[in-house]
Amino acid sequence: MKRVWWLLFFLIWPVLALVISVLAPTWNWGFPGNGRADSPLGEDIDHLFYVILILVTIVFIGTQVGLLYVLYSASGRKADRPAWYTHGNHRLEAIWTIIPGAILLFLAFYQMRVWANFRIESAFPEAARQHVVAEVTARQFEWRIRYPAPGKKLEKTPRLDDMYDVNIIHVPAGTPVTIQLRTQDVQHSFFLPSLRIKQDALPGHVIPVWFEVSQPGEYPLVCAELCGWGHYKMAGKVIAHAPEDYEALLQRKHIEQMDDGYREE
Amino acid sequence: MSSSRSVASESCEHVSHDALPHDNRWWINRYVFSTDHKVIGVQFLLTTFVMLVVGGLLALAIRWQLAFPNSQMPWVSNALFAEHGGQVSPEFYTMLFTMHGTVMIFLVIIPILAGAFGNFLIPLMIGAPDMAFPKLNMMSYWFMWPAITCFGLSFLYEGGPAAGWTSYPLLAALYDSAPGSGFAQTLWLLGVTFVGISSMMGSINYMTTIINMRAPGMTLFRMPLTIWSMFITAVLQAFALPVLTAAGLMLLADRELGTCFFVPAGVVVNNADPTVGGGQTLLWQHLFWFYSHPAVYIMLLPAMGMVSDMLACMCRKPIFGYRPMIYSMSAIAGLGFIVWGHHMFISGMNPALGMTFMVATIMIALPSAIKVFNWIGTIWGGQLEFNTVTLNTVAFVSMFIVGGLSGIFMAAVPVDIYIHDTYFIVAHFHYVLFGATLFGVFGAIHFWYPKMFGRMMNETLGKVHFVLTFIGMNGTFFPMHMLGIAGMPRRYANPYLHEYLEHLLPLNQFMTYAAILMGLAQLVLFVNFFGSLVFGKKAGRNPWNSNGLEWQAPSPPPHGNFDAPPLVYRGPYEYSNPENPAADFWPQNDSAPRRDS
Repeated sequence: MKRVWWLLFFLIWPVLALVISVLAPTWNWGFPGNGRADSPLGEDIDHLFYVILILVTIVFIGTQVGLLYVLYSASGRKADRPAWYTHGNHRLEAIWTIIPGAILLFLAFYQMRVWANFRIESAFPEAARQHVVAEVTARQFEWRIRYPAPGKKLEKTPRLDDMYDVNIIHVPAGTPVTIQLRTQDVQHSFFLPSLRIKQDALPGHVIPVWFEVSQPGEYPLVCAELCGWGHYKMAGKVIAHAPEDYEALLQRKHIEQMDDGYREE
Repeated sequence: MSSSRSVASESCEHVSHDALPHDNRWWINRYVFSTDHKVIGVQFLLTTFVMLVVGGLLALAIRWQLAFPNSQMPWVSNALFAEHGGQVSPEFYTMLFTMHGTVMIFLVIIPILAGAFGNFLIPLMIGAPDMAFPKLNMMSYWFMWPAITCFGLSFLYEGGPAAGWTSYPLLAALYDSAPGSGFAQTLWLLGVTFVGISSMMGSINYMTTIINMRAPGMTLFRMPLTIWSMFITAVLQAFALPVLTAAGLMLLADRELGTCFFVPAGVVVNNADPTVGGGQTLLWQHLFWFYSHPAVYIMLLPAMGMVSDMLACMCRKPIFGYRPMIYSMSAIAGLGFIVWGHHMFISGMNPALGMTFMVATIMIALPSAIKVFNWIGTIWGGQLEFNTVTLNTVAFVSMFIVGGLSGIFMAAVPVDIYIHDTYFIVAHFHYVLFGATLFGVFGAIHFWYPKMFGRMMNETLGKVHFVLTFIGMNGTFFPMHMLGIAGMPRRYANPYLHEYLEHLLPLNQFMTYAAILMGLAQLVLFVNFFGSLVFGKKAGRNPWNSNGLEWQAPSPPPHGNFDAPPLVYRGPYEYSNPENPAADFWPQNDSAPRRDS
């Protein structure tokens, strides 16, 4: 094939990659749902994602254009003109070490706050620390949820008046809540895609995970760490309620669970 | 450097005593149980070809299930999965991706780079008659076979190994934890141990050979970048592999002897009795990734080195920034030892470690970027022709850019919270391992084929293979980024059970068609490879007009490699040197400039 075709070949694919990436959200290939995170922390994560995406896109275009240009000029060099004899350039090396190095360092330190906010307990929102709503125990292949009785705090060991659910976690919307994540058997991972939350459940450990659902609604919960043959079907959901509905729901649940069928006339 | 020169010449004499051409041996000893590094290299190459087909078919089965979940595969379904109504069962799906990863990593990429090309090229490129330890070298190849046998048996065993190629305990530690955690998992661990032994023997041999057996004049900074990359890789292997081997033995002990290195107390799996415990599952992840992250560079650095050599030759131009290339490879290797934690950001390890591992991981992008800039600089002002070697090496650079950039997303801890264990990571490492490494390997096959077999590979077939592979590869792996961002977790036998993933089915079908194209494209490579053994144009000693010492030996080189022990006068990249006006290349062992031809 002629040189032009190969240059086109190496031109078309990055262009195609860019076009597809730009159009992806309109074809629903972007973030799940409407593309916006349903939690404040998720919005922070999306922001960091887009910061990296923009940087990476610039570097991608720059390097691919550079590659294409040198291919164009090198493949078009006349046969009687020998290649440029050079072993490199110290100044260039210094430039393309220091500038990317500085950008990368900035990028690294720019991430710290959100990570601390998500994982380091002293940086958790105060409300999240106060509001431990449930204990979530993963097992092959379901999520078991234990809530404290209305008005009580979640204890480490189960209490008689605790309430239970399977695969459905009820939480109040609009406020940070914490769950205590455990596993009864192998590793699992608590993944809320539309909230951008993920945390592995570790045998022998209890790991606090906080999240805040912005709006009432139902949000998928899946497992993101291989846990056996049924890993793919370990589905659950988080149902967020308006705070007053949430209290009412807990009361109702408690009454249902504690009801022994005896009625006074 | 004078001392190393004398050492080199001494050891040359010492070994050549043992490795002088004596071609009158029985053919079995010449071509099968050979101690000749070239034969061993070709043995590794052919073995990895077979394994590439196996791993590729496993991948296609995975892709089939993701595109047409629970539907019958054409032709093979009833034979393979009769008891599951012709469907890929979820248990079998876990076996598929476990074995795909295992085969591709342990039996294709590592052996094709270190085993095949490392073996073939190291003695030739440094001007040695053979490896420092030829018998150890032979053993390193033959230890692949117990590994292949163990992996193969484990796959045939009921339930198979099904804990992923990472084999995290508890899934991999407790017999009851999954259908795939039975005896097959033990076999799998034995397989990993054998591969480890094989790599270890290779690694010690490569280090010794490169340090001791260089031809007189081949100083460290006159070594081709291929040799540098092989050396750095060997060092990585030597220091990281013992950790994996030890961890594997500990897991074996957990499974078979009842120790609890990785098993905490009170775990109830599948209604079995609670475990006695005392261990920590995270310990395995630390030990495993302490090896397996450097292993990622073991799977990449040799390709980087070979691509550098091929690019310089194809552009008729010295490598741009030879020393920065070496320093950045060393930096990648050094940093590679302190970034294993980025596989564990959300594993539940100390979150403060997340920050340090993030900084180290993001900084590893720097030497990678330096290498990309230097490759582009190497092409800059060169004189290049689009042949198969050029195309594959340029594709290497272009794909490595994508793989490197997508790595930054995962290195950033907060973003990793979301994309961890989704298809984004699958996209990332396939861009690095297929996009970069395999294109580098395809280029290297075409480039060194004449040296291996004395014939050229067919250019047209090479280009057809390249174009089809390139299209198929990007069609398969690029959309995986989108799947990951859409939140599709990896290792799902049927993601479409979840409402938020249902709409990704058509995209997955497209990717499967692309994967089939990519698979079929490899047939062209095999036709070209084996056809050229017979029909290829005869190649002279130096068909590419390259500078390396390997091109001064006959094609294919006889036992003992060189007509006379070569003397090295200069570095390997003296292309288009104005001091040597007669030719645009200047072999490393050429004592004087060529004034006229």
